[in-house]
Amino acid sequence: MIKALSINSIDNVIIAIEPITKGEIIKYKDKKNNIRDLKVLEDIIIYHKIAISDIKRNEVVIKYGEHIGKAIIDIKKGTHVHIHNTISEKN
Amino acid sequence: MKFYGYKRSDGKIGVRNHVLILPASVCASDAARMISSQVKGTVTFNNQNGCSQVPSDQQYTMDMMAGYAANPNIYGTVVVSLGCENCQMDLVVNEIIKRTNKPIKTLIIQEEGGTIKTVEKGIRYAMELVQEATLLQKETFPISELIIGTECGGSDPTSGLAANPLVGELSDKIVKMGGTSILSETTEFIGAEHILAKRAKNEKVKERIYEIIDRYEKSLESVGEKVRAGNPSPGNKAGGITTLEEKSLGCIHKGGTSIIQDVIDYAKPVEEKGLVIMDTPGNDPSSIAGMIAGGAQIILFTSGRGTPTGNPIAPVIKITGNRITYENMKDNIDVDASHVIYGPESLEELGEKLLKEVIEVASGKLVKAEILGFIETSVMRICNYA
Repeated sequence: MIKALSINSIDNVIIAIEPITKGEIIKYKDKKNNIRDLKVLEDIIIYHKIAISDIKRNEVVIKYGEHIGKAIIDIKKGTHVHIHNTISEKN
Repeated sequence: MKFYGYKRSDGKIGVRNHVLILPASVCASDAARMISSQVKGTVTFNNQNGCSQVPSDQQYTMDMMAGYAANPNIYGTVVVSLGCENCQMDLVVNEIIKRTNKPIKTLIIQEEGGTIKTVEKGIRYAMELVQEATLLQKETFPISELIIGTECGGSDPTSGLAANPLVGELSDKIVKMGGTSILSETTEFIGAEHILAKRAKNEKVKERIYEIIDRYEKSLESVGEKVRAGNPSPGNKAGGITTLEEKSLGCIHKGGTSIIQDVIDYAKPVEEKGLVIMDTPGNDPSSIAGMIAGGAQIILFTSGRGTPTGNPIAPVIKITGNRITYENMKDNIDVDASHVIYGPESLEELGEKLLKEVIEVASGKLVKAEILGFIETSVMRICNYA
């Protein structure tokens, strides 16, 4: 079962399309319909974002092929990306 | 591809055939409601403004009122005013006749001798207009006569993933067939303005895109507020949207990929064909009111969290990309767009299906908000009452 989608090939986050449990190795689909694996390190609420690479503090978070904000702490591959670790660059 | 509509005396094509009971101010809203509740075939709404507004805010209210009366879904209008409000009857009527030659009747409560006399006369005027309206027969018209307004509210990540791309697909189809699509909500262009600017028809349109965003931010700054403060909303965040840029990038998908032909001020008439932008707030009912005042006959409203929003003048088709929301809010939502995420149909196939739905609604099929009687209206505003 596909549990997440990547929207753009340069994105560093994917979107959960099913609820995901900590420790699961999930399959996600990229824009070209290739299926990839990712070990998810925490519970993820459906439609929330997961990092597919390590994102260091002050590096940008990319979704839709565009900047959606920057990391305020180091974000590990496979963890939840949201307001606790990412802020707008427009503030 | 064609739809069944009503030809108006000003040449425009309506998808509904309502008589509007138009309250010129908050003080005339209850009398308007009383008239409308007696006469089948009429619509009205609670106008919270029309008096004690600074001139720029008053102009928004005037444009909304004139645009509602001129909207092609309206056969004719009974304007009800109190008499002493800032939006004086002659000013309102002048704004309406600048836009259309459709029938207008007027009633001023202070001159009629109170609300009972006003309501009685109003009912008689409304009956007359409704009978005339019902003589009209529907005819077929091409999609090029349609103006759709696109809106999103209660966004979550499925809005950017499914519902907005689906509406974008539809918007591109309508534009290709010679129709018009309006992309709205200036606050939700912030962080995505560079993408919209690249799609502008020319330098002038490009400058206007940056200008409406700048103007919006400055008007909030002038009262010491920041547009970013309320965005994303608590509901957006709970759904998984992290930043304003993320919300905006998802939001602009509903405008598809067409060239942007024009940028129109709030509630002003939409005159260009193709994809246009209207400067509206992120607040759903006021944004929708602006587009309907601009001439939109149908609104496509995407929502991740689910909303009951409707409008007295135009059908509001509600679409969610969130399958949980669809199950949960089925009574209020017309279209389940979660198939964009989960399949089996492709975005193109689902776009065809949505186009069919739009044609059916244009031809008379009632949407859920119409059946359940949702008619909220609010107007864009800059500051407190004067």
